[in-house]
Amino acid sequence: MKVIINSDAFDPWQILNDFQNKMPDRMQGSYGATAVFIGTMRDFNEGDDVSEMFLEHYPGMTERHIEGICQQATKDYQLIDSLVIHRVGHIKPNDPIVLVAVWTEHRKQAFVACREIMEDLKSKAPFWKKEQLSIGQARWVEKNTQG
Amino acid sequence: MSIHVKFFASMRDLMGDDRDISSDIIQQYGIKTIDDVWAYCAKGKERPSNVLMALNMDYVDAQSVLKDQDEVAFFPPVTGG
Repeated sequence: MKVIINSDAFDPWQILNDFQNKMPDRMQGSYGATAVFIGTMRDFNEGDDVSEMFLEHYPGMTERHIEGICQQATKDYQLIDSLVIHRVGHIKPNDPIVLVAVWTEHRKQAFVACREIMEDLKSKAPFWKKEQLSIGQARWVEKNTQG
Repeated sequence: MSIHVKFFASMRDLMGDDRDISSDIIQQYGIKTIDDVWAYCAKGKERPSNVLMALNMDYVDAQSVLKDQDEVAFFPPVTGG
């Protein structure tokens, strides 16, 4: 299980490849399913063009809560491994914001666990988005979109 | 006894910077709970109904009782992912 909060841009596919290749030998061959979710910044929200976003978090609490979410999912769905990466700081449209990946024996556990980690993260992990609109105004995002 | 108070996102815009509440202030204002911390910091501003509260990085409610060196945080609904 690995949780990373990072202010640098990341390539989720490269990270997935590296993470999977570096799994311990005991895990190699043990999983039959990998489910992945990648959240990417849109250039619009609520009818307005968005040119940039700032993502704030609560250092310490954010990591602790995501780790707790992953530990619970590991128990509930017998995860072999899990990886969560979340951007903070200044983000541009088309940048990946979040990566959630899980490895399990079978596909059902993988699909459900990946969705559940993502939904828990969105409702519990302390992150806040501030959008910079193309017309110059900035605003805090007040609620998540429907899943 | 002292309490460290943090505000995040729109709560910082509303309430200002993080601050420490000293033992003298705690005694003077009778600060015992998170609700008391809000009342002291807010100077009359009503607590928004959707504000979330954390005590030492765990979610709690406004009636949670404080102890020395606790870290209290106020923030709006989260919007990550």
